Amino acid sequence: MLRLERRATPSQFWLWFTPVLAVFLTMLAGGLLFAALGSNPFTVIRTIFWEPLAGANAAYFRAQLFIKAAPLILIAVGLAMGFRAGIWNIGAEGQYIMGAIIGASVGLAFYPTENRLIFPVMVAAGAFGGWAWAMIPAILKTKFNTNEILVSLMLVYVAQAILAKAAFSFLRNPDGMGFPGSRNFSTYPAARNVDLIERSGFHWGAVAALGVAVAAYVLLTRHGIGFRIRLAGQAPRAARFHGVSPARLVIFCLGLAGALAGLAGIFEASGPSGQITDKFATGYGFTAIIVAFLGRLNPLGIILAGLLMALTYVGGSLAESRLNLPAASIQVFQGMLLFFLLGVDMLTNYRIRIGRSLRTGAGA
Amino acid sequence: MIIGGLDVAILLASLMVGAVPILLAALGETVVERSGVLNLGVEGMMIIGAVSGFIAAVTLQSPVAGFAAGAACGAAFSLVFALLTLVFQANQVATGLALTLFGIGVSSLAGQGYNGIKPPVTTPLDLGPLRDIPFLGPMLFRHDWVVYFSLFMVLVTWILLNRSRAGLIIRAVGENHEAAHALGYKVNRIRLFCILFGGAMAGMGGAYVSLVRVPQWTDKMTNGVGWIALAIVVFASWRPGRVLFGAWLFGGLMVLGPNLQAAGYAIPVEYLTMAPYVITIIVLVIMSSGRGRSFGAPASLGQNFHASR
Repeated sequence: MLRLERRATPSQFWLWFTPVLAVFLTMLAGGLLFAALGSNPFTVIRTIFWEPLAGANAAYFRAQLFIKAAPLILIAVGLAMGFRAGIWNIGAEGQYIMGAIIGASVGLAFYPTENRLIFPVMVAAGAFGGWAWAMIPAILKTKFNTNEILVSLMLVYVAQAILAKAAFSFLRNPDGMGFPGSRNFSTYPAARNVDLIERSGFHWGAVAALGVAVAAYVLLTRHGIGFRIRLAGQAPRAARFHGVSPARLVIFCLGLAGALAGLAGIFEASGPSGQITDKFATGYGFTAIIVAFLGRLNPLGIILAGLLMALTYVGGSLAESRLNLPAASIQVFQGMLLFFLLGVDMLTNYRIRIGRSLRTGAGA
Repeated sequence: MIIGGLDVAILLASLMVGAVPILLAALGETVVERSGVLNLGVEGMMIIGAVSGFIAAVTLQSPVAGFAAGAACGAAFSLVFALLTLVFQANQVATGLALTLFGIGVSSLAGQGYNGIKPPVTTPLDLGPLRDIPFLGPMLFRHDWVVYFSLFMVLVTWILLNRSRAGLIIRAVGENHEAAHALGYKVNRIRLFCILFGGAMAGMGGAYVSLVRVPQWTDKMTNGVGWIALAIVVFASWRPGRVLFGAWLFGGLMVLGPNLQAAGYAIPVEYLTMAPYVITIIVLVIMSSGRGRSFGAPASLGQNFHASR
């Protein structure tokens, strides 16, 4: 008879090995899924995980990898800080959209002025937009005790409606012959988020993602705020006795996550996407939740997790076009990964024992 | 009776229909949360119910089979949540989110090739002379059976939670699982049944979206209804009677927009699409403010139970 026994302290080995195990199990289960869909599972797994890195046109795919990973890492780092403190911001998608809209609006307001200050101002406006959108659930939570999960999620739908409005009316390109979508930033050099190395995909967002992840790691492990975040998550009562203000923690964590999601939004709008359209939001805000957990809510782990998740995006779209896999199967694949992560996470805190309980023996 | 270009009886009738998916899902979630489990995967279970109900109804050419399949698949899908949180002790919030993300993916995979098909029609019940009562007839007595079933389920959950021994045990498990365990109740087994009930109700609600409300299959068609159902459980302070009130309120808001547009009021479409979500937030604020942290919420809500002693 199998039974679980709680460990006295979490296992350090499993803490780092569970994501690897989860990825492995996802490959197995995903292989079965792809086989059920009528594809050769080995070809599919190879196409997703290997072709973008070392196959034909690998340079192009590696660039795509950075383009996809940057927003995921930026958003996930912010979310992870909140998740650690038990603050569940799941509306990062909305904050991402609002950051993009506010940042792009500021940039386009200067069109066609050429000044090297325009791009930094846009980025700041993007961060502000995401921060402000996240302040809505934060302030409602602290003033009225409203559930931040529900409010932040509801605001995603509101942000999507605003995005549609922006694409069809107030940000629509006046020279666009009536097509929806804003002016394209690729035609506006002062506001363009360029690749730092030509065609590498390594744009300002990727720089920001790396910087933010390292800074968040330092904050979390070497700074008082990080200590309070971890304390509030692991022992809320102890945190209260320690004098941690829950309200200030909520404002900080949601604000940080919002600002980072906003940054991701404006980097995307001014770089890879190039414009605000009604199809601008592609779900980075939700996938980042998986990334945050895959990275064990650790900013450095999130860098790796973001790259891996980006690989499933890039390799997934490659598998779609080459092997005729349905687009949704990649989404299912990513969902499976989250399930396996949550499931095997048990090994960190529990031991699996075989045989009957010993509790009658030593009187424990 | 016509006020401001709107036929009130028709409006109230469409309100009752529009509220059905929210009502079913929210009733199920009420029972789940009363047992101390926070399942945020309602949206995922609904979309699974929507796609499986649609496929079953089209394949078997029977709407009743569709609803049964929706409920069965919703319950089966909630089993994943139960396995992860009850056996593997995974975080309930994260697992619920995963259930929603996964459900949306699985449903669009399963629903391929079903876009643009019309499902078999769910016809209104023939209630004879009741249909022809002025005002009340068109409002109350021209609905399909699911509308009446959802109202019946309000009564069932109310009796279950407040007037039955099973309900007493469910509430005990939800308020203090340690104490319930000490009394000899199988905490996780009771929670499993509650989760399955919640999954079946959400799945049936989802099937109502794809079979009656829309009626056809499109990706992501539940469009946040599951999240609104979660908000309504909070709004209703975890009580079935108030869930009905909340569902009608939101059902009304959702059908009011299109009806106003049809009556010739010029309201921009963006405001109509965002209205239910904005109003949900406002209602949540009103309901949550001026109260203690735990008003009405089961004390063990969101906490996993592991029988280590």
